[in-house]
Amino acid sequence: MNLSVKLGQLVMQNPVTVASGTFGYGAEYARLIDLNQLGAVTVKGIRLNPVPGNPTPRTAEVTSGMLNAIGLQGPGVDGFIKKYWPFLSTLKVPTIINIWGTTVEEYAEVARRFDALGGVGALELNVSCPNIKEGGAQFGTDPKLLAQVVAACRQATTLPLITKMSPNVPNIAPLAKAAEDAGSDALAVTNSFPAMAIDIETRRPKLANITGGLTGPAIKPIAIKLVWEASKAVKIPIIGMGGIQTAADAIEFLMAGATAVAVGTANFYEPQTTLQVIAGLRDFMARKNIADVRELTGSFQPGK
Amino acid sequence: MLEQTVTIVANERDTDQYFRLVLRAPQIAPLIQPGQFAHVRITPLKDALLRRPFSIFQAGDDTFSILYKNVGKGTDVLSRMAAGEELSVIAPLGHGFTVPTAGGETPFLIAGGYGMAAMFLLAQRSPQKGIVFVGGRRRVDILCEKEFAAIGWEVRATTEDGSHGEKGLVTHPLLAELKRSAGPVKLFACGPTPMLKAIGKIAADFNVPAELSMDEHMCCGVGTCLACVIPVRAGDAWEYQRTCTEGPVFDARQILWELPK
Repeated sequence: MNLSVKLGQLVMQNPVTVASGTFGYGAEYARLIDLNQLGAVTVKGIRLNPVPGNPTPRTAEVTSGMLNAIGLQGPGVDGFIKKYWPFLSTLKVPTIINIWGTTVEEYAEVARRFDALGGVGALELNVSCPNIKEGGAQFGTDPKLLAQVVAACRQATTLPLITKMSPNVPNIAPLAKAAEDAGSDALAVTNSFPAMAIDIETRRPKLANITGGLTGPAIKPIAIKLVWEASKAVKIPIIGMGGIQTAADAIEFLMAGATAVAVGTANFYEPQTTLQVIAGLRDFMARKNIADVRELTGSFQPGK
Repeated sequence: MLEQTVTIVANERDTDQYFRLVLRAPQIAPLIQPGQFAHVRITPLKDALLRRPFSIFQAGDDTFSILYKNVGKGTDVLSRMAAGEELSVIAPLGHGFTVPTAGGETPFLIAGGYGMAAMFLLAQRSPQKGIVFVGGRRRVDILCEKEFAAIGWEVRATTEDGSHGEKGLVTHPLLAELKRSAGPVKLFACGPTPMLKAIGKIAADFNVPAELSMDEHMCCGVGTCLACVIPVRAGDAWEYQRTCTEGPVFDARQILWELPK
């Protein structure tokens, strides 16, 4: 049975990784699960300099999901390399580093720095965080800006590039195509959905940032549709994500057109989810006599 | 820190809306330090996904217990669970209290409401006895006085309505005792944030050390999500630190009560 997949030059032993921002920098969960069982470890977004992040409360639970507005708190490139890379570089599975900036030049500079580091599995370009004032989502909703970011990073590194797409667009196809044409090796679909919640007792927002990003099982059907639409627009592989809790959820993403999947919010409440998804995927393939996981990609039957 | 499915041994009403939950967890129980917490997945909660953090009250050889208040969706479902049912627990978590040493400062423990539960292990494991000051709104909010008395600790209770102990806030008898006491003391506190802030100020005024167990909206509980941060001093600057990992217990002098501009 083959579970391995390729995203550009990135080889994953199985199609299951984690969504950036839901897994810290890997080491935190290494005490609860064997990270070497994963397809890849994807770390929280890094920009050039340290970022303090947003005021609290930063998260709120909602029905079948949660809101977050962390604000990409992070140690910057140097802090990450000093504090977290020594551990990550010992893993047998690739590390995908999520990067972002407030300008095209910053994205490219961060890409250059990680290219020079050596041993990085891939870079994921975060052009879709809804919780920061500049950078992030503005690059993910305009095809021209998106193409500039991807092209600048393409110039800056030979590492595989994954563009993390915003869900907050009327049509994902032209953006997916723009990322592909500018040299992205893969797409990550999707990020959190802009959302908010109010405490009716106090009439205050549940997040200090007022708005945040909705994630968890509540967004899964929307994410499935986005994966399907993006997969029809491009030839490059897609990492599908949005509310995956079980192998069945992951298989749905694969059938919609994803080559790999990422477990996100579920890590927060059930750290074993990734391993359960991998085991369940094997069981499904055995039960359905599927020799290669790649057969599942885009295999759903839209017709009668 | 372990993630385990554990069995409920008992889940009984204490006073009013407070419950005592005892869990059989032979691998977790011996690891528990005072001031640490357990992150509990209340399995029957289907559409409320996140784990709930609870201070650990007592720890035995193969069980530990939690004293919780029914305050919302999660604790309401939890309060209806019975012995024999299972919960998923990640524990013990967080950086707890520094256990006093024999002959060192006299420990003054200050608790607000169910913050009392988080202080019990500290009192039990401290070789030096001190005073525990506990405050609540009403008589039913004063918890586990008996347990503290049983290990030889003096309990000073205050209630806002005067229905039990001294009428007023927990800070009143604390201030009186601080003015009276001659030897070195150290404060340890767990309770609502306004109370902790007041204790922090008192510690600074009297120039005594204090360890405060901070409460901030928690999500993953293990340091990955960066939801539960508070601003703390870092050299000449400040940084956000995680109440689940660097905390929940912080040195009062490190805590910034207002976000720097």
